[in-house]
Amino acid sequence: MIQPVDATLQHELERLYSRYAQVLDDGPLDAWPDLFTDECLYRVMPRDNHDQGLPLAIIRCESRGMLADRVRAVRETIMHEPRYLRHQISNVLATLDPATGVIESTANYLVVEVLFDELPRMLSVGRYIDRVVRAADGMLRFQEKLCVYDSVLVPNTIVYPI
Amino acid sequence: MQQRLIWPAEGHAALPYRIYSDTDIYQRELERIFEGPGWAYVALEAELPEPGDFRVTKIGERSVVITRDQDGTLRGFLNRCAHRGVKLCRQQRGNSRFFVCPYHQWSYDAQGRLRGVPFINGVKQQGGMPEDFSREQHALPSLRIHVRNGVVFASFAADPPPFEDYLGEANLHYFDRVFDGRALTVLGYSRQLIPGNWKLMFENIKDPYHASLLHVFLVTFGLFRADQKSAVRMDGTGRHALLISQRGEARHSEATQDIANLREDFTLADPRLLDPVKEFPDTATVVMQTIWPNLIVQQQSNTLALRQIQPRGPEAFELHWTFFGYADDDAAMTTRRLRQANLMSSAGLVSGDDSEVIKLAQDGIRENVDTTGVLLMGGRGTGDEDHMVTEAAIRAFYKHYREVMEL
Ligand SMILES: [Fe+2]
Repeated sequence: MIQPVDATLQHELERLYSRYAQVLDDGPLDAWPDLFTDECLYRVMPRDNHDQGLPLAIIRCESRGMLADRVRAVRETIMHEPRYLRHQISNVLATLDPATGVIESTANYLVVEVLFDELPRMLSVGRYIDRVVRAADGMLRFQEKLCVYDSVLVPNTIVYPI
Repeated sequence: MQQRLIWPAEGHAALPYRIYSDTDIYQRELERIFEGPGWAYVALEAELPEPGDFRVTKIGERSVVITRDQDGTLRGFLNRCAHRGVKLCRQQRGNSRFFVCPYHQWSYDAQGRLRGVPFINGVKQQGGMPEDFSREQHALPSLRIHVRNGVVFASFAADPPPFEDYLGEANLHYFDRVFDGRALTVLGYSRQLIPGNWKLMFENIKDPYHASLLHVFLVTFGLFRADQKSAVRMDGTGRHALLISQRGEARHSEATQDIANLREDFTLADPRLLDPVKEFPDTATVVMQTIWPNLIVQQQSNTLALRQIQPRGPEAFELHWTFFGYADDDAAMTTRRLRQANLMSSAGLVSGDDSEVIKLAQDGIRENVDTTGVLLMGGRGTGDEDHMVTEAAIRAFYKHYREVMEL
């Protein structure tokens, strides 16, 4: 029967989110795809698409390889101004299906972006709708991560993952 | 304007930076370009399938409502109550037979006719509208509507030109290439607020020269290169343009040796990201169309999108993307379109270069408003070209712009 996660699993899950924020904000960015399973689905989608059932995501990666390709493009091909990001992740609520080991998890997020010649600004605010599993090496990893942002109007460009 | 802008003697090959930041010029642009005699993009018919469906959008800075009335006809009117100017529709989209102002509850039907005015005859013989008040005189100002193959355009003009004449032969041909009459399916939206003047967006899409240099991702994977078979086509006025190109091979050549940061060793870990298939009868793999005053029609491989430009003051604009496919797409094609959308959106691997560079352009222009930019690549002409090493389409745009703006 699907049940809320216990305190131990809640703690482990929150560490996964903390690590997620850390690799995106402080690096190494190469470690970001390692937080996902080989076969995975990562999407960033405005809330109006999600609420209307429209499939378009502004970032869509269907495997760890596509996540790695995104990282490489951010580093080597996308022309962008230097910037810092800071992820705030809270309100992690999750359930576990003991039969399959699948954890369904949601969390709120806020990403602040700092460009060097401007005041910090809110780049994206929304929620994560995630599916987390325990991989063969015993680590929790994202099998699916859907970032639904309420801030439908993106300030210029999203370069780094949300 | 502090002083009247004198256009440089070089003509269309020079751009005074003041046109990107001056508030008086911007006001004139709203009046003459966005609310002028042309046709502005407002919606896809697929977004308004049922009677009563409505959508709110903007032409220039003016909020407008597009609705399908009970007879099935598409209508457009200004989104503000005729009484005190209150914004009527607060939702972006929906279905409603009546639009009721929240302030004094004046109500309008889907044709913009004023139907109800509370207390029109007063309360207990007190108050009420004067004898000569007529609801007919307080309808919502309406727009002209034209639909072509599922795409909805609106005009503020009482007597706008026929749409086909407005677009011209070449632009109509390529418009109909994507909008060929098949039913469209909306895949989703993406919006961004770009801190630059709206014309910089048009210039960017009318400029194939930059694409083969700035867009390392496109060049690396052979999606757009300076040595590919390509063409630039304008309409008779120069206001609309087409960039047409054909995909080549991803390898080093003369056309890539000037690119400082080409990534020849970049191979995709998951090549499903780029798995383009031919879907149009001609050989073009990229057609980027700019339609005055507010629309970009994009076909890059299998991503089909409309980008609507909504200016927000002289130094910013909103870019509203509508991604679509055809109702007869199979699941594999829909997935392909969704994957390729990674290149082109508010987080695009390619379009991200453009929104970033537009911001940098505005930053540089703002600090140097009395300077003039150079538009000499490919010569000084404003006509069609059969290569992409040219800024002719930008010069053509400014030829028309100067006529409309009397600058
Ligand atoms: Fe570009």
